[in-house]
Amino acid sequence: MAEKKLIDARGSFCPGPLMELIAAMKMVAVGDEIEILSTDKGSAAEIPQWINKVGHEYIGSHEEAGVWHVNVKRSK
Amino acid sequence: MKILVVGGGMGGTILANNVARNLKDELKSGKVQLTVLSASDKHMYQPGLLYVAVGRMTPDELYRDQASLLEPSIQFQVDPVDQFMLDNNQVKTKSGKIHSYDILVIATGSRMWPDSIPGLKENAEFFYTEQTAVKMFKRLREFEGGKVVIAMGVPHKCPMAPLEIVFMLDDYFKERGIRDKVQLHYTYPIGRVHTLENVAKWAQPEMDKRGITYETLFNLKSVDGEKRLLASEEGTETNYDMLISIPAHKGMEVIENNKLGQNGWIPTDRYSLAMEGRSNVFILGDTTNIPISKAGSTAHFEAETVGANIAALVRFGAPVRKYDGKVFCFIQAGSEKATYAMFNYTLPPDPKAPTRAIHWFKLAYNKLYWISARGLL
Ligand SMILES: Cc1cc2nc3c(=O)[nH]c(=O)nc-3n(C[C@H](O)[C@H](O)[C@H](O)COP(=O)(O)OP(=O)(O)OC[C@H]3O[C@@H](n4cnc5c(N)ncnc54)[C@H](O)[C@@H]3O)c2cc1C
Repeated sequence: MAEKKLIDARGSFCPGPLMELIAAMKMVAVGDEIEILSTDKGSAAEIPQWINKVGHEYIGSHEEAGVWHVNVKRSK
Repeated sequence: MKILVVGGGMGGTILANNVARNLKDELKSGKVQLTVLSASDKHMYQPGLLYVAVGRMTPDELYRDQASLLEPSIQFQVDPVDQFMLDNNQVKTKSGKIHSYDILVIATGSRMWPDSIPGLKENAEFFYTEQTAVKMFKRLREFEGGKVVIAMGVPHKCPMAPLEIVFMLDDYFKERGIRDKVQLHYTYPIGRVHTLENVAKWAQPEMDKRGITYETLFNLKSVDGEKRLLASEEGTETNYDMLISIPAHKGMEVIENNKLGQNGWIPTDRYSLAMEGRSNVFILGDTTNIPISKAGSTAHFEAETVGANIAALVRFGAPVRKYDGKVFCFIQAGSEKATYAMFNYTLPPDPKAPTRAIHWFKLAYNKLYWISARGLL
């Protein structure tokens, strides 16, 4: 069954949320979802850009009290 | 009371010295025992590997005897841990010895993982170990021209190393008088040349000025040694004559084998630095899963927090400090200029343009490292 992994990248300036996601993507199985928490506004745009370029699935993102929740799925 | 530190690198050494100074009287009276278990009797100044790779330092300059860096009240043994029996508050070492503890600190570091990418290990040069840095230097000396590609995996320790190595290579080839015969091509996993935006802002024009080409959003997928071709996850390809890589990293095998954390990264509370679910086990340095830079300065600041907390736990049973995510990294921009970045969980970094003054300070720090490891800086 597909699983969901949570990555808490709040306060991560270096390496930053996208780098955390790239690393995490290799640690989950195809079909698994990842929710990444970020306090960096830029990552809400940066993450879908990378996800689409590589060909994974971008599920969506929303902001809650200054924290962006970005949801993606590993598709290959 | 027994305090056991596993790992005698940057984090373990600073922590042990810090605790030894904080609990001087308790150690003297025998109320507290402090033991460090490590895998080596030597301590390596890892940032020096960058210099070894381009022939500016020799490997023997990187090492000090580990025992000479530790306070005499610390019991130091070269006997790596094989098994963590956390439910019993014990570890078992390679020699078969069992050590019991009341408080455990794990600081076993991280290692590069070239096997993560097909073809990488066989076809790339690396500089994250002594042996690979020496091999890379020998290969560079023989290199007469062609395309040098720099590629990395994530996560990797020392986030500044990708930029540092590319600028150092530029200087190296200039000094050899063959820069015009070399194409230096830098690749980076995300959409700019460095993860820190302000660093990327000065590094990109600096690359343009030096004639270094670059491709961003490039994540290594595979290497074809016969065709000398690199493929990226993003679907692009790049050919090379010499490939230099900082591969993705993992924590140590012992951490994976004992199932303390996936890929050897131990789930750690970002403020208390306690291992998740264990109030008497603290994790330091590269081996945490905290989303911050895997760097010596991170291990250093974490060690100061945990050191103060262990002393407080021993003395009155409660921790006194929280780790605020502080990281300080020098960034060497070629052989003559440097800058630095400092940040924590809430304050973003704001690095300034590189200067010669900071370069000299960084050179001085290369020596001061040993004082810092002793916990005196
Ligand atoms: C090329 C390069 C350049 C770098 N440049 C910089 C820089 O400019 N600035 C910066 O801040 N950082 C830099 N770093 C990163 C820095 O060196 C590391 O992040 C830092 O050493 C991490 O400290 P640590 O204590 O977690 O691990 P380490 O210092 O790696 O120590 C790990 C220790 O654990 C021991 N060990 C391993 N397995 C076991 C076991 N089973 N039992 C007991 N002990 C064990 C090892 O022997 C070692 O003593 C650089 C690293 C490299 C490779």
